[in-house]
Amino acid sequence: MAYGSKVLDHYENPRNVGSFDKADPTVGTGMVGAPACGDVMRLQIRVNDQGVIEEARFKTYGCGSAIASSSLLTEWVKGKTLEEAGQIKNTDIAEELALPPVKIHCSVLAEDAIKAAIADYRKKAGKDENVDAA
Amino acid sequence: MRKPIYLDYSATTPVDPRVAEVMCRYLTMEGDFGNPASRSHAFGWEAEKAVERARSEVAALIHADPKEIVWTSGATESDNLALKGAAHFYQSKGRHIITVKTEHKAILDTARQLEREGFEVTYLDPEPDGLLDLGKLEAALRTDTILVSVMHVNNEIGVIQDLAAIGRMLRPRGILFHSDAAQSAGKIPIDVGALGVDLLSLSAHKVYGPKGIGALYVRRKPRVRLEAQMHGGGHERGMRSGTLATHQIVGMGEAFRLAREEMEAEATRLKGLRTRLLEGLADIEEVYVNGDLERRIPGNLNISFNFVEGESLIMALKELAVSSGSACTSASLEPSYVLRALGRNDELAHSSIRFTMGRFTTEEDVEYTIRLLHDKIGRLRELSPLWEMYKDGVDLNSVQWAAH
Repeated sequence: MAYGSKVLDHYENPRNVGSFDKADPTVGTGMVGAPACGDVMRLQIRVNDQGVIEEARFKTYGCGSAIASSSLLTEWVKGKTLEEAGQIKNTDIAEELALPPVKIHCSVLAEDAIKAAIADYRKKAGKDENVDAA
Repeated sequence: MRKPIYLDYSATTPVDPRVAEVMCRYLTMEGDFGNPASRSHAFGWEAEKAVERARSEVAALIHADPKEIVWTSGATESDNLALKGAAHFYQSKGRHIITVKTEHKAILDTARQLEREGFEVTYLDPEPDGLLDLGKLEAALRTDTILVSVMHVNNEIGVIQDLAAIGRMLRPRGILFHSDAAQSAGKIPIDVGALGVDLLSLSAHKVYGPKGIGALYVRRKPRVRLEAQMHGGGHERGMRSGTLATHQIVGMGEAFRLAREEMEAEATRLKGLRTRLLEGLADIEEVYVNGDLERRIPGNLNISFNFVEGESLIMALKELAVSSGSACTSASLEPSYVLRALGRNDELAHSSIRFTMGRFTTEEDVEYTIRLLHDKIGRLRELSPLWEMYKDGVDLNSVQWAAH
């Protein structure tokens, strides 16, 4: 597979690799994909009181474009509100990385990952509020 | 840019310089460029002599009679001619054919075509080590079975099937036996008599000869008949028409001659290199050899690096030319059907790399490969959420994956 320079850059120098504590209430975790399909993406966000993503981390099992898509995503979501981050589209990622058609599913997975991370964070936050109310 | 280290000898081999040198003598005005079918002048006679010398060399490597060798364009054409030619000729005897799920696509796609024509095909599952259980083969035989096709050596995992035992089972029953020997010729001894095969496909470019030329061995005693698939001119005793490509044929002959002379020493050397490669990787966790290690050609090592995806590993190994069973390296987005047929789970199929070494592989190449793999596997596992989960003791089979 001949990749563009942006995919290769993210693949060679992936940004924000790592993990946050899943149990931390300020952290949202999204894990999408399946080993049998050849790609699993785990994206984590740390959100401040204002609902702004302060940091993001990822780990990805998958091909070069899956790794690049998740690496790029961690850069993009940083500093965005949950609202803004939830609006990132797979087509934006595919365009930025110049993914070939056969690799579009990698960008779809990245969009799923940020949506899942936001949902996880909101679920945890919602639960916490309920606990407070009780 | 420095070229990567070539470790993909099962895909193709470079033409040996000694072969290329001989081929050049059959192309130009100064050389023997004639049409081997021209009977009326010296140009034709000389070319014919060269073709027949090459035929003898190819026959000698497999202990056949030169008259049993039919030139083709390669192993794919040989497989097509063997399966379609035999099926069409013998269809009044029966319309059932048996083959194996791990065969090359040249066999599987040809079998599918025969199914469309009304033949019935049984596709046998290999055992987890890649080898065929002969009891299962025997159980699949029917009174209307006319042909069994089992490859000698598998192209992905390099395992060697027990052709002699299959031959002994089929000959008394009068069932034809074909084998694709593209990956075994020149690597392990072949004696068509001892193996009991009736039809055997050969390729030049896996044996340091040129691409675009191959051969089909067609037994004469007892005689095997084929219906031609290519018509016009009646070359090759009517079995395969078309002007013979003298320079290609001469190249295949020289390549097979060299293979016959050097095979034994080369096999020992390659086995040493493979043993070293495997030993060098022994300290990496979660590494699995795909296919039986003992009954395997010397130059093949197919391994899965669990929790690392094959295509990203190939990207990390850009200093090496290797191939992967990962979906991402294929057009179909399906992981290797060969590894799946062994019962390997999809994760391990996605994580597989095939290293195939050959005539120009050196010890330094292998040492470099070992160092590179240690470095890159570690880096990719640091990136892998599956590796982290495995290290945390999570059973990945118990996780509910959001499949897409």
